[in-house]
Amino acid sequence: MKDFDFKETFLNPIFKGNPISVLVLGICSSLAVTVQLKGACVMALSVTIVTALSSLVASLLRNTIPNRIRIIVQLVVVALMVILVDQVLKAYVYSVSKTLSVYIGLIITNCIVMGRIEAFALGNKPFASFMDGLGNGIGYGLILVIVAFFRELLGSGTLFGFRIIPESFYDLGYMNNGLMILPPMALILLGCIIWAQRSIQKELQEK
Amino acid sequence: MNGLRKLTDKIKPSFEKGGKFGFLHSTFDAFETFLFVPDTVTRRGSHVRDCVDLKRVMIMVVLALVPAMLFGIWNVGFQHKLAFGLNDWGFWNIVWYGIVKVIPLYLVSYIVGLGIEFVSAQIKGHEVNEGYLVSGMLIPLIVPVDVPLWMLAIAVAFAVLIGKEVFGGTGMNIWNPALIARAFLFFSYPSKMSGDTIWTGGMTRYMAEGTAYASGNGLIDGVSGATPLAHPTSEGLMAAGTDFMDMFIGTIPGSVGETSAIAILIGAAILIWTGVASWKIMFSSVIGGLAIGYLGYAVGSTDLPGYYQLVMGGFLFGTVFMATDPVTSAQTECGKWIYGFLVGALAVTVRLWNPGYPEGMMLAILLMNTFAPLIDHYVIEFSIKRRAKKVKIA
Repeated sequence: MKDFDFKETFLNPIFKGNPISVLVLGICSSLAVTVQLKGACVMALSVTIVTALSSLVASLLRNTIPNRIRIIVQLVVVALMVILVDQVLKAYVYSVSKTLSVYIGLIITNCIVMGRIEAFALGNKPFASFMDGLGNGIGYGLILVIVAFFRELLGSGTLFGFRIIPESFYDLGYMNNGLMILPPMALILLGCIIWAQRSIQKELQEK
Repeated sequence: MNGLRKLTDKIKPSFEKGGKFGFLHSTFDAFETFLFVPDTVTRRGSHVRDCVDLKRVMIMVVLALVPAMLFGIWNVGFQHKLAFGLNDWGFWNIVWYGIVKVIPLYLVSYIVGLGIEFVSAQIKGHEVNEGYLVSGMLIPLIVPVDVPLWMLAIAVAFAVLIGKEVFGGTGMNIWNPALIARAFLFFSYPSKMSGDTIWTGGMTRYMAEGTAYASGNGLIDGVSGATPLAHPTSEGLMAAGTDFMDMFIGTIPGSVGETSAIAILIGAAILIWTGVASWKIMFSSVIGGLAIGYLGYAVGSTDLPGYYQLVMGGFLFGTVFMATDPVTSAQTECGKWIYGFLVGALAVTVRLWNPGYPEGMMLAILLMNTFAPLIDHYVIEFSIKRRAKKVKIA
């Protein structure tokens, strides 16, 4: 079975075909949940699981789904996964689930999940689809964690809730940057990441 | 002057392509054109060209800002004297205190801003853009005097990089870079950009360190340090002991350069006389401010007549120096009227009906900067349609 290229399906979405920085999908949630690193990590994990599992299920069903109603079938699959993830989060990490509030439920509207099912899972074998979903979820999560790292460090002076910037800095007049807490700065940071990536991988630059 | 020219010519070859310092060509070019009017002319095609290039235009704006800056320096010292009851301070004490407070702001603004401009010009192989000369002059004038210098440095870097270079440098930016710097400070460090204690030099430090801060006898009773905008009612102004003339002359707390209407009007006269800034934008902005100011007065949102709005806060400064920025304002003649009117009207609207922001000039100008291309677009569309109609009739 040589129809599965690990590098192409799994690694490509993480770097060269990153869903956020190259395809520019899933921007809303990356602005909303990246104030704290903890929330961003949980969100990244949730999206990865949902994308991977729904790609897998959709791929298993791919030969039985009538083409005309495929979107609604995909939605049912994604919704199922999202509800499962939501319930698990509520059961085990209630406080994080509380801070992420509506955004876990909104994974269902995340373009990446539906996009990967449409573009990949419906035409590929289950294992390859699973790896593709996993790769895209990790690619999404990677950007989320980078943005959240800078936003929490500069906006609150903490990482995962632990104080990183020492109190003595604050005594000397250092202050947290309030703009980092606001969504516009997440957009600017995303822009910087896209900028950095394109100056390294020159083939991504549009003419 | 001749010696300077000779020296420049002598070292010029080593900065040309292939010369010893060829990689510093942009930097050399910037200084050469700064010192001398360049003699390069367009070789092909018809092209109107006179001596007024971007550098001379920018210098006119810088000159127009000088009165506001000088008054600002004096006022910084004067407010300090008032707040701390230093009755034995003469004119030179006041000016000296102002210089000590304001010059560091200028140093930070120019070193950081021009540093980034030169480096990015070198990297891109462009000529150095002179746009920062004006932005760097403006930024210290629109911040509170007690703003920490490292914050100013970050804001300047942000404004030049994200506000300007990202869009392609001078002439390509959507928003006024100086206002981007101020907006960055305003939203990043709100406690250093609004409130009562930041507008008077030394007051922040006094609040933090108490009487240990030995710049006088301590704060005198009853000094609040608030700008007139903090309590924009006739009662509030009375309590602060401020009347219309004080605000017109500028002996009130506020950002460094914004307080004096007289100094700003001198600058406005220079700008209009030399034709550098559009009088239409200034005039329509004043009309917009007055209109909404009197509307607020009529419906009882404020008990100050509309003309008070013009002399409080940064209204005049923004109108004269920021809204007229030729890059970010509307370009069409009709568009300038609309743009200016909306700047003035929105600024006063924010003041009167948004309790969150006592001053609305910065937000109004940034918002209208965003819409300026749209205004131009519709003005041009409208004009095309009107002319097309004429053709049909004929």
